[in-house]
Amino acid sequence: MSQSAPIIPGPDPADLIACPRCDALYRVSEPARGERAVCARCHTVLIAPRRGAGLQLIAVALTVVILVISATIFPFLTIRVGNAWHSSSILGAALSFHGGPFVFLALAVAALIVFVPVLRALLMLYVLIPLVWDRPPATGARRAFRLSEDLRPWSMAEVFAIGCAVALVKVADLADVDFGPAFWMFAVLVVLVVAQDTFMCRYSVWKSLER
Amino acid sequence: MEITGTVTTARAAGLIACRRCTTVWPAGTATCGRCGHAIASRDQLSLQKVWAWWIVGVVCYVPANVLPMLQTRTLGMVENNTIIGGAAQLADHGNWGVAIVILVASVMIPIGKFAVIAALAISVRHGSGMSQLRRQHLFELVEYIGRWSMIDVFVVALLSSLVQLGALAAVAPGPASLYFAMSVVFTMLSAQSFDSRMIWDPDTIVSRADRLRRLPGQPG
Repeated sequence: MSQSAPIIPGPDPADLIACPRCDALYRVSEPARGERAVCARCHTVLIAPRRGAGLQLIAVALTVVILVISATIFPFLTIRVGNAWHSSSILGAALSFHGGPFVFLALAVAALIVFVPVLRALLMLYVLIPLVWDRPPATGARRAFRLSEDLRPWSMAEVFAIGCAVALVKVADLADVDFGPAFWMFAVLVVLVVAQDTFMCRYSVWKSLER
Repeated sequence: MEITGTVTTARAAGLIACRRCTTVWPAGTATCGRCGHAIASRDQLSLQKVWAWWIVGVVCYVPANVLPMLQTRTLGMVENNTIIGGAAQLADHGNWGVAIVILVASVMIPIGKFAVIAALAISVRHGSGMSQLRRQHLFELVEYIGRWSMIDVFVVALLSSLVQLGALAAVAPGPASLYFAMSVVFTMLSAQSFDSRMIWDPDTIVSRADRLRRLPGQPG
């Protein structure tokens, strides 16, 4: 198919973009800041630049790193029934899977809720800091951003947060639950992780990395 | 702002689009020059990959429902609960709300995902009564919901690490949690393998094109 198709003479592919979802071809006309370019056919957002997004993303990524590290250190939840009590940390939740094949599940859960979110934040810092301060992109910045994008679906901090809510509903009838500092850190973290993905205009980042 | 202009596809223009960074390249390019992503006009193996992951996902979903998800020890009594058994028990105790939430999240949504992915993969080859835009939305929904199915596994992890009150009560994960997690991951991989551009390619639909040729008066 691709061999027999005629190549349109004239237009330089450099100023064309295609919708990643439906392949519709567009000539780039960059929207004003705060506006969005949307695919006319499947409504996928193609370009959505925002003023100061780079700096915001750096701030968010830094906070994510600090919060995840502290949230894993401080106590997360404590359960109490009469005199008996038990505390759990976030890593403790992952490590509750142990023995035999459960080890893989423990590693996977720890990766999904702690390591991947932190790694993505670190990669974003590596990519964005030179760009925002008008320096040439860091070595391997493209690879770093690509990895960060690959990991996006596997960063599940916010899913874990909703899991906490469900678990609390189940436990609430049986016992009293105390929230540790890590719980509140994690709550903030979830908002930030969601913000990280909404602020970012991937088109703008890739374009800046081209320099 | 909406980008204006008539819709031509990159493929129709003899170009290959990068699905990651939206740049387009001349036919024959194998790697995107901007982001380094491997590119192809259409991923020829897409449907095979979708079905392969889909089958493994469905296979893992069976033990995820048959085996116990959670083992609860209270005052010397050991109780193994499957997903559906746990929900039934909650309903028995009058806790209908939570029971319904569990059934929707752990049973209806996973089965719905399997059904939608299969329907989308079939529609690419055999056409569909549903509009392209609606199918695109279904695909985005499945892609979005995929990760949220991990909730069950996280709940099991949290309960098992939190409810450790010695002889009073202790919760341990059951083998179903492992299969459930694998089923979620494989279903996510299946959805990710789907090249949604195929939804918009009219020429891949063989039987539909034939049908239209037989009924020339019919609007497309």
